[in-house]
Parts: sequence; C-alpha cells; structure tokens
Amino acid sequence: MNQDLKNHINEALKKGIRLDGRKKEEFRKIEIETGVVATAEGSARVKCGDTELLAGIKLDVGTPYPDSPDDGVMMVGSELLPLANPEFESGPPKIQSIETARVIDRGIREGKVIDTKKLCIEKGEHVWMVMIDVLPINYDGNLIDLGGLAALAALKNAKMTELKDNKVQYGKRTKQDLPIRSMPIPVTVVKIGENLIVDPTDAEEKVLDARLTVSVLEDDTICAMQKGGNATLSVKDINEMMDLAIKKSQELRKKLEEALAK
Amino acid sequence: MMTKFTKRPDGRKFEDTRPIEAKAGVISKADGSAFFKIGKTSAYAAVYGPRELHPRHRQDPKTGILRCNYNMMPFSGEERVRPGPSRRSKEISMVTEKALQPVVNLEDYPNAVVDVFVELTETDAGSRCAGICAASMALADAGITMKDMVTSVSAGVIDHNIVVDIDGEEEHIEDVDVADIPIAMIPSTEEITLLQMDGKAKKEELLKAIEAVKPALKKIAEIQRKALKEKYKG
Amino acid sequence: MTDEKLLVKDKDIVIPGEVLASGMNYLPGHGTYRDDKKIIANRLGLLTIDGKVLKTVPLAGRYMPKRNDVIIGKVIDILMSGWKLDINSAYPAMLPLKDASFSYIAKGADLTKYFELDDYVVLKITNVTSQNLVDVTCKGPGLHKIRGGRIIHVNTHKVPRIIGKKGSMVSLIKGATDCKVIVGQNGTTWVSGEPHMEIITVNAIKMIEEKAHVSGLTESVKAYLEKATGKKLEVKIKE
Repeated sequence: MNQDLKNHINEALKKGIRLDGRKKEEFRKIEIETGVVATAEGSARVKCGDTELLAGIKLDVGTPYPDSPDDGVMMVGSELLPLANPEFESGPPKIQSIETARVIDRGIREGKVIDTKKLCIEKGEHVWMVMIDVLPINYDGNLIDLGGLAALAALKNAKMTELKDNKVQYGKRTKQDLPIRSMPIPVTVVKIGENLIVDPTDAEEKVLDARLTVSVLEDDTICAMQKGGNATLSVKDINEMMDLAIKKSQELRKKLEEALAK
Repeated sequence: MMTKFTKRPDGRKFEDTRPIEAKAGVISKADGSAFFKIGKTSAYAAVYGPRELHPRHRQDPKTGILRCNYNMMPFSGEERVRPGPSRRSKEISMVTEKALQPVVNLEDYPNAVVDVFVELTETDAGSRCAGICAASMALADAGITMKDMVTSVSAGVIDHNIVVDIDGEEEHIEDVDVADIPIAMIPSTEEITLLQMDGKAKKEELLKAIEAVKPALKKIAEIQRKALKEKYKG
Repeated sequence: MTDEKLLVKDKDIVIPGEVLASGMNYLPGHGTYRDDKKIIANRLGLLTIDGKVLKTVPLAGRYMPKRNDVIIGKVIDILMSGWKLDINSAYPAMLPLKDASFSYIAKGADLTKYFELDDYVVLKITNVTSQNLVDVTCKGPGLHKIRGGRIIHVNTHKVPRIIGKKGSMVSLIKGATDCKVIVGQNGTTWVSGEPHMEIITVNAIKMIEEKAHVSGLTESVKAYLEKATGKKLEVKIKE
C-alpha cells in the first residue's frame, strides 16, 4: 500500500478536508428509489456518489428452523459483482461480500426488523421466507451502509403475495406489507490516522486503519456492531465512533423516510 | 389456416417489440457500459479491457480474447435464483461470446483480454438478447475496435403465427405449439451470429421468423446507435 | 457509375459499423476501414475529414503504449532484472536495472531502495515490440519517482486537451492553483499542492475530460478557476 498517498490523505484530513472536497462527517448525496425491479416482491435502488446498488426481496414458503417452529425465516445475501469494479473478480464469494451480507443481516435480525411470528403459516410446517439480496452495479465504497439502507427500503416496499396450497403465487401481489417493526440504520465510521470519517470512497477504504459499523435503532439504541481493519481501537475511539454513528444514523433515517414517503 | 392465436396477450401487433430503453455509460468504474431494457427485461453490461490476461499461459500473441459472463441477479426471476454460475448461465455466456466475437477486432489486442459482464436485474423472456444488445453497446462505449454493432431480439412462432419479441406470458401459452427463437445479427450485413430455438415449429415457419425479425433488429440497432451518440451530446 | 457520397460531416460522432462514405473517392484512415466500396467506422469516435482521408479521433479506450510517450506507472512487481509497472493499459511496462538510475545498480542490490511496490514513477517509453511488450526508462529530464500529492486517472484520449496547445491549458490550471501537475500520456496524472487547491485542480481536469469536444472550453475552464480561486487569470500560449 502506498504510504505516501495515505500520508497525503491524512494531511488533508488534519485540515478537515477529504480528497473529493467533503468534510470528515459528510455523506455524499444519497438517492433512494423503491419499486425498481418488476420480478422482486420488494426492491430499492440506492445511489451515493459513484456507488449504485440494488436490493431485492424474494418471498417463498418453506419449513421453519427446528428450534423456532413458529418463526418465519429471513436471510441476507450479497455479492461483489465483477461488473461493478475492475478489482472484483468472478468466482466464489470473497470474504468482503460475505462479511457485508452478514453485517447487514445482523443489523436487520438483531434489530428485530421483521416480526417473524407474523410470518408463520402453520407452526412447525410452513412459514414465509424473506430473502434479501444486495448487489452493487457500480462500486465506489461504503457497501455496508448503503446496502443496509437499500435492504430496509426494499423491505418497506415489499408486498406479500397470494398463496395457494402453501405455494407462493408469484405475480399475484396483495396490498399487504411485510410485518416491519423497526429500522436499524448501519453507519460505518472509518479511522485513518487519528481522523474519523464516514461514507468512505473506494480509495479511502483502501487506506483505512480501522472501521466500526454500528447499527442504530430509532431510539438511538444499538443492535449490532462490527469492527474491521488491521489497526486497534482504544475505548475512547469506540466511544467517539459510536457517537458519530448515532448522529449520522438520524440523518440517514430522515433521508430514508423521505424517500419512502414518495 | 385456422388458428386459436389471433391477439397477443399485451395487445401488441405481431411485428412489434415491447417498449425499449437504452443508455450508454451507466457504470463509471467500467471502461465501457450500457443498460438495455425491453418490456420487463433489463440488462446491464460492463466492459473491462483490453486488460492483462491471467493466467499467462492463456495469452495469445496473435490475438486478444473475448470473455463474456452472463449472470442473473437473485431477484430477477420468479423464484429466487441461487447466486453463482449455473449450467444455463454458462451456456448463455458462451453463446453471447460467440454472438459478439465476429465483429470485435481482437487482433488489435494481442495477449490481452476484453471482459464483458452482463447482469440481468429483472427478466421476462428475451434476457440473452437484451444482454447481447447491452454488451454490444458497452463494447463500443469502451472504444473497442469493432467492424459493426451486434443487435439481438427473439422471434416466436405461436400456433403457426410469426411474432417478434416473444414475452414471458407468450412463452407459456398452452394447448398450441410455441417456438422461442433468440437471434442476433450484424445489422449491416444481416449475418446471423446467434441462433437458438426451443419449442415446436415447421422449417418454413422458422425461416419466415428469421426474416420477420429483420425490421425489428434494424430498429433496435438504431436505438443502440442513438444511445451511444446521446452520451456525447455537448 | 459509382455512387460517390460523403454521408457524415466533420466532427460528427460516429459508432462502429456506421457508413461514412461510399465510392472510391475517399481513403480510410485511423478508426475506419474499407469494405467493398464503402468506408466504415470501426470505433466510437469524432469524425475528422483531412482532405480525402476520413479518420476518427477516439473518445474512449484504454491507453495503447507508444515509443517516446512520457507516462506515469505504478510498480506492481520487483524482479531480478528490474521493476514491472502497471501503466493503465492492457500491457505492463518493464523498467530494467540499467534504466532506473544514473548511478550504478549492482546485481543483487536491494531494489526496493530505488522503487517499492505501489510507488508511482514518471517514465519514458523507450520501446514497444510488435506484441506490445513495453520498455521504459527513468533516466532523463523530468523522469523521477513521485513523492507526495495524489494520483488521478483521466481518459488517455483527453490528455492532449488537458495539456493544451504548447501546454497552455495545464499551465493555466497550475498558475491558478499553484499545484504541481504532471499529466502522463497514459492518462495517469499527478497533482500536488495545498489540499483545497488540489481539489480545484482535479475539478478543472475533470471538466476538460467531460467537455473535451465542446467549443469554448478554455473560457469555461478559465471562468471556473477564477471563480474558485478568486484570481484573475490569463491564457498564455508559449511561442
């Protein structure tokens, strides 16, 4: 890794400015659109700077997990499509996409976004399965936060389908929403040198020392966290990063609510 | 001749395609890119290249190679599509490559590879054709030297009637013979670079179908051309 | 009697397969080919009519290495014989030991003392073989390892516009922002200065990239730079 470039970024950050002119706590302009994929039961597109991604919800009916016979099933998938960036390769999922999927999943699961009891059709036999997939079309950083936002928007956009003999009638949508109870917003705070920034670009992600993703609920409680990067974090760092994440989650939540109201 | 099929489910004329949307330069990280939508089938294509080909032993000092990868996003079909390559997607990747290869001047790029990635975000029949249309635009957008564009659409024979751009509902019509014929063509020479068929139809009907799509293919070629030029309008 | 017809005008945007002219009156230049009695474009480009020759200026496409080009490359491998560099092309470049420095480098020396992985270097292409193997040198005026600043990548085909006639455009930008700027022919560009000024420089360069084929560009860039820096500027064309 080019130490020179990293020093350069650090020097600029000390003056409060990033390579693209943003301030440390500034997000790029975010656009959220829902209902963009005809074949998905719910969908959303998120654009933020040069990053563009799609989230889609597919519903199905299946058997519940044996230890939770009256709970519906939810899962999150993500892939770094080679279409989206010259450094993404074809092949089995890389650890970065696996981590992204699992971190978004954790936020949604621990935030109890979906009332899975309401997804039960027949205890122990049939439950609804909600499958969320988040994929980048163009990638310039911040997959976790933007993917998390897209997943939430897609969930809110989703409608249940009709059932016949416990089989999903694709194409026959009802007016019924998914049972959504909460909206945890993931915010990743990146540490470069002694500086904290949010919404990193691809270039900034390459020089980060550490990062902390914090999923924040409506009442500012935290439901999931993930530290990444090779450097260590002090408790003081973590405190500051959590505060910054909570502050930014409120802004992002407003943006999301505005987009959903349209 | 008596036929039960007199009207298309969506009311289109037999020779009409579904509405089309095309845009070039939609993925800034790629060397070239395009979006092509026909009815409810949407495809993105991104081109990376010419770039260094790995592994080294696959490099050809006389020519570059074209490598196509077709993939469906998990939410792009009726049931969720399991991520990762399937036998179907591998086959479509191959025929896509063969559809584009005849026009690309690969001798201009010795030892290198031109990678084309096609992603379907939603599908309603005609996905490989939409992918080829997007891929052709993306190659041009990337400045790759090509003799011509490639344009593609599917023809259909439904109960002995020839239709252009067969859609999902028509593919599944029961009680009558249905044939789905994806075709790709070089617009200036009318040479065919992709031809597949499944279903049931007579030889004469198939030949008529191939002729019947030519006006539609020329129309699509014009749409591809406009989309590329649109990107550079001051 | 053949049908002699020119079907396009100078500065039209043409796409692969587009018929530019029919008849034997015109000649096919770069970016075009003859098929029977027609001249056809073989890449996306800006049509240029040069007497009887029809050619296109490419608008897109990765850099193809040319002898004597000054470029910026990134070290991606260190071998016994020298350094391998990514020059933003399908073809990597080789910097042999003898061309790395004016001082003698012994065999078995620690090559990272000269250039390390991920270092950026300003180089000149000394040779390109028929299979596009590229040799470069770092011995010469203006050729050196890059320190500080940042690297951006621009479209290689826009480089002439960014540099301008006799360097007038890039000088205009440097004068306004006091930044050091080196634009490699391969599109890899180095910008170094005060952080706010670097951003103005990058924005000006991006503006030229987007509007390279539009007229009145120099005026627009000058206006942007004056507004952003608050300085009054003059376009100087060196004689």
